[in-house]
Amino acid sequence: MTAVPAIDLVAKCREVRRRTMEVNRIAPETRLSSSLSAVEILVALFYGGILAHKGAEPLWPGRDRFIASKGHGSIALFPILADRGYFPPSELDRVCQEGSFLGGIPDGIIPGYETTNGSLGHGPGVGAGMAVALKARGSESQVFVLVGDGELYEGSVWEAVMFAAARRLDNLTLVVDANQGAMLDFCRNIIDLEPMLARFEAFGWHAIEVDGHDVHAVQQALQHLSSQRQGRPKVLVARTIKGKGVPSLEGDPLSHIKAVSSDELDALIREYSS
Amino acid sequence: MKAMRDGFLATLLDRMQQRDDVFFLTADFGSPLLDRMRQEHPGRCINVGIAEQNLINVALGLALEGFKVYAYAIAPFLTMRCYEQIRVGLALHAQLRPVQVTLLGVGAGMSYEVSGPTHHCLEDLAILGVLPHMEIHAPSDAATAALLVDHTLEAPGPKYIRMEGKPLPDLQAKVSPAALEEGFRLLRPGRHLVLATGYMVHKALRIADRLSPGTLGVIDLLRPKPIRSRALQGLVAQASSVVTLEEGFLGSGGLDGMVAHFLREAGLHQPLNTFGLRDRYLFDLGSREYLHQCAGLGEDDLVAAMDKLFRGLCA
Repeated sequence: MTAVPAIDLVAKCREVRRRTMEVNRIAPETRLSSSLSAVEILVALFYGGILAHKGAEPLWPGRDRFIASKGHGSIALFPILADRGYFPPSELDRVCQEGSFLGGIPDGIIPGYETTNGSLGHGPGVGAGMAVALKARGSESQVFVLVGDGELYEGSVWEAVMFAAARRLDNLTLVVDANQGAMLDFCRNIIDLEPMLARFEAFGWHAIEVDGHDVHAVQQALQHLSSQRQGRPKVLVARTIKGKGVPSLEGDPLSHIKAVSSDELDALIREYSS
Repeated sequence: MKAMRDGFLATLLDRMQQRDDVFFLTADFGSPLLDRMRQEHPGRCINVGIAEQNLINVALGLALEGFKVYAYAIAPFLTMRCYEQIRVGLALHAQLRPVQVTLLGVGAGMSYEVSGPTHHCLEDLAILGVLPHMEIHAPSDAATAALLVDHTLEAPGPKYIRMEGKPLPDLQAKVSPAALEEGFRLLRPGRHLVLATGYMVHKALRIADRLSPGTLGVIDLLRPKPIRSRALQGLVAQASSVVTLEEGFLGSGGLDGMVAHFLREAGLHQPLNTFGLRDRYLFDLGSREYLHQCAGLGEDDLVAAMDKLFRGLCA
C-alpha cells in the first residue's frame, strides 16, 4: 500500500544507507558508489507516499510501475524491498552468494523489480511502453523510471524521450540520479550533459531539479510531478553526489569502480548505526 | 501474387475487429493495409519513428502490461539495429514473464536486390536463432504468413516472422494446420531432400523440376526454430541425403547449422550438404538471380552442383 507519511524519512535514509553498506560489505561486487547517490530518491519513492505498491503482491495491478533502469546503481533498493515485504530480510545476508536471487546487477527475478536492468538505456523506452498501456486501459497508475546521468549517453534514452513527448505521456516520470559521474570520469569531462533541464525542456518535457540528498525536497518534487497531468512527460533531475556518505568515494572521479576498505566500511556502518 | 505482409496484415486487421488487446508498432515502415489499420485503430497502431531500439523497448513495456504486440520494420534493421533490446528485453524477459511480442521483418535475404548489402538480410536467422525462447517463422507465401496470425495471438513468447519483401505466388491453395504445427510441409517427394525457407523454397522447386524426376524432394521449413517434428524426422530418415539452401552465410549458425543440429539431435546420419553464401557481402547490382549468380547460387550453378553431388552419392 502507499507508504504511511509519518515515517521519519531522514532516519530511514540513514538506515538504508547503512544497510546498503552492509550489503556491499558482504558482496563487494555490488556498485556502492552509484547506489548511495540514489538513497534519498528511493526512500522518497517507497516511503514518501509516492509509489502505490504492495510488497506481498509485487505485480498488484493497481501499483505504480517503478523501473530501476540504472540497475547496477540500485543496490540501495534491496534493503528497501526487504523492509517493504517483497522478500525476507534474511536474503540481504547472502547477496551474490549461491542460491540467492539478489545479484550485483539486479534482474527481473527479484520481487519488486519490474524489469531486468543490467544494460543501460532500456528503462525509459520500456517505461514509455508501460505508460501507453496504462493509458490505453484507463488506469490511473503512473510509471517512474530511475536513470543515471551517465546513462543519458545512451541514444535509446533520447529515442524514448522524443516518443514520450509525442505521445503526451503525462503518466511517466523520469528521475535522473545526476551524480555527475560515469565509470571512468566525471560526466563534464567525458561529454558535458548540461544544461540538463534545458535539454529535456527542449524535447517537450516538464523538467525540475532538486537537491537529491534532501529527502523531503525530493518527496515534494515527486509529489508535485505526480500531480501534473497536463500532457507532458516529467523529469526530476536530482543533483546528487556519487558515493554519498563514504568520504573516500565522494569527489573521486573513479568512485564507481573503487573498492572501499572493510575497515572504512565497518567504521561507517557503526557510525550509521548509532 | 501477394506480398506476405499483406497476407499477415489482412488477417491481423480482421482479428483486431474482435479484440482490444493488440498493439501494432511500426518503425516508420508502411503498407497500404497499415494505412487502413491506422485509420481504423488509431489508438492501437503507433509509428515510433525511425527508432528501432525504442520500437522494441516500447513493445516490451506494452507486453509486460499484457498486450499482444507487433513490431514491424525492415528486416535487417529490426533484427540488427536493436539486437541488444531484443536479447535483454524479449528473450531474457520471456524466461521470467509473458512477453508476447512478434517481430515482423520484411525484406528477408536479398529481397531488396538493388538496395545493396545494408538492406540485404543474411544474418538474421543465425543471430535470432541463438537467442533462447525466440521462435522463428519463415513463411514462403502470403497464405502461410496469414495463417501465422492466430498463432502469434495465442502462443506465448517472442517470435520473429521473416517475410519476403516482394510478392511471391502461393505454393499451395490451402496450408494445413498440421503443417504449421509441425513447422514444415513437404512440397515434393524425392530421394534427396532440400530444406529451405521463403524465397529459396520457390527456387528449390525450380531446381527440382530440372533434375531427374524423383531426385530432389523439397521441404518448406516454415519454422526454422525450433525444428521439432517427428514427421520430419521420419521423412529425413528415408532420404539418401539432406541439402540446405539459404540466402545466408554458411557455417555461421544459420539454416545450415539449425538443420545440422536437428539431424544430430534426432540421431540421423544422412549426409548433409549446404548451399549458401560464403563470407562475403554483395555490392553487385542486378536481379535476385543475378545476385545469386554472383554468390555462386545461380539456378544453373545449383542444378549442376546438385546433379554432380547426387550422382556422387549414388556411385
